[in-house]
Amino acid sequence: MNGTIRVISPGPMSTVQDLGRTGYQRFGVSVSGAADRYALRLGNLLVGNDQRAAALEVTLGATEFEFSRATTFAVTGADLSPSLNGYTVPMWQTISAADGDRLALVAPATTGSGLRAYVNVSGGIDTPPVLGSRSTHISGGLGGLDGGTLKSDDVIPVGPVINPIPLGRRIPEDLLPMYGTKITARVVIGPQDDHFDAEALDTFFSATYAVTDQSDRMGCRLDGPEIPALDNSHDIVSDGVVTGAIQIPGDAKPIIMLTDHQTTGGYAKIGVIASVDLILIAQATPGSRIRFERITVDESVALAKKQMVSLRDIKFDQIPASDNQHIYDLRIGENLFHVDISMSGGDGRSTATVNGVRYSVELDSGE
Amino acid sequence: MKFDQCASSSPKVSIQAQSKVRILVSGEDALIVEYGDGIDPVINDHVYGLADAIDAFGNDSILELIPTYRSLLVHYDSQVSSPNEMIEFLGALITETNNSSDGTEKTLRRVYELPVVYGGAHGQDLEDVANHAGMTPADVIAIHSGSDYRVYMLGFAPGFPYLGGMDDRIAIPRLTTPRVRVPAGSVGIAGSQTGVYPKASPGGWRLIGNTPVSLFNPEVNPPVPFLPGSFIRFNPITEEDAERVSEQVTSGEYKVKMIELKS
Repeated sequence: MNGTIRVISPGPMSTVQDLGRTGYQRFGVSVSGAADRYALRLGNLLVGNDQRAAALEVTLGATEFEFSRATTFAVTGADLSPSLNGYTVPMWQTISAADGDRLALVAPATTGSGLRAYVNVSGGIDTPPVLGSRSTHISGGLGGLDGGTLKSDDVIPVGPVINPIPLGRRIPEDLLPMYGTKITARVVIGPQDDHFDAEALDTFFSATYAVTDQSDRMGCRLDGPEIPALDNSHDIVSDGVVTGAIQIPGDAKPIIMLTDHQTTGGYAKIGVIASVDLILIAQATPGSRIRFERITVDESVALAKKQMVSLRDIKFDQIPASDNQHIYDLRIGENLFHVDISMSGGDGRSTATVNGVRYSVELDSGE
Repeated sequence: MKFDQCASSSPKVSIQAQSKVRILVSGEDALIVEYGDGIDPVINDHVYGLADAIDAFGNDSILELIPTYRSLLVHYDSQVSSPNEMIEFLGALITETNNSSDGTEKTLRRVYELPVVYGGAHGQDLEDVANHAGMTPADVIAIHSGSDYRVYMLGFAPGFPYLGGMDDRIAIPRLTTPRVRVPAGSVGIAGSQTGVYPKASPGGWRLIGNTPVSLFNPEVNPPVPFLPGSFIRFNPITEEDAERVSEQVTSGEYKVKMIELKS
């Protein structure tokens, strides 16, 4: 039987997301999908899923979920101070949960910890695909669970686990994204860079912009020096829009298009942010500072390629034994047992998890 | 084809024969083929001509296309085809399609008939539109249903058609206070534009009718009853007809009638 995840507390904005809905933009259907694609991919790799599998995107915290079945999960993306049954659990590594365990994502650990965390579970979230994707597109009412944000008592189906899930995996330090409040975003200029003169481009690439609180999954609105368009040509006859495009509307302040953006738009676009840097903006809290750095399209392609190769060739760190946790694989004959023995918290309570089933352990005090 | 690598600007390519066609870079995995910067049927025909040619060619590195009023956005896998390779591929196809469409023969015009109940509860602003135009509601219906409207593009929301070609005699400004909820299928006028709401939403268009046909259904593929680049004709029907159509839409039997015309 496949498991489920029950929503105890949905928080301000939790949705089911995958890598998005491709092929229907010509019908006005936004791509949507995880705002931070890189975190989603890493989370899926940790728990043995296809990189494209769906996960829960949790915004800002105040969220609690209950697992209906022993499983392996990982929390990636923003550090929203995750805890399991009240005990802090680490980010970016596999964690085993038992039937009835509760995962809480409380609040960003610091202002630079990011906004959106991903709860990736072995087997992936298995809500019905709509037009080839499980992504939730809220304004279109598509995908996810009934096309909307998660609600209390929602029961989210989890897919079957195909491969045995290795425990004790951790993302190596050098692959972790560097979220923060000071961001340098690399930009390929175009398609409407010719609506701006050299002075406007110079302002754009030398100024610092602040992320405003008027930002959501559709776009990130910035405040800072104005970028005037030639002959006030901010408005254009609508053309296609890509994720990461920087629109300069009539108020001459940039708006960066994020994953839920509309498929077409009527504002001049000065440039497009490299995908490797766009995730930092999708994770930026209001007040974060952004500077833009100009690169060529070939450089932007090369950055994306480097990231895809690093995902393909990923070598997980094995979580080392520590004072309070030992994880190892035990082979007896043909059978492989994943064993995780942990001391949880300060009360000396200990558990042993064997192949995803948790046992509480009586400590022999030796007296 | 001539590569025009402007020093001050992103790579732009001009096609010699059609100096107005430009290929613009839109980030690391998209190019925009721009045929012009206005709303013009000839420009729009070029956009859909190229989209059809790309679809027919079947280039595996092209992920999807977004045709608009005046340009075609080509989203591609730049890890498979480099930007320069894609620019070359598109340049060759642009030249080819221009050569084949510059002749006298014109493609067939596909017209989809959208049944509409005009007036009453279905179009509560019909009287106001008629008064504004100084004519009877019947005249407004005759004019509105008397022309074919080009679907320049779909955008803004799933299945929302940007239509062109409305008669200026029935033009009217939007409501000063938008309605909180406009029902799905509402047919309205805003300025000299007409359109249909695919799903219930707030809106300020003057409502003159309603179609029982669903403009967006994610359960079917394609999820829209008519493709962008084609034409719509509004066909006045009675309320009884609408109920019958509505039942057929619900059961999945309804198919929008399409006629092909030489334009």
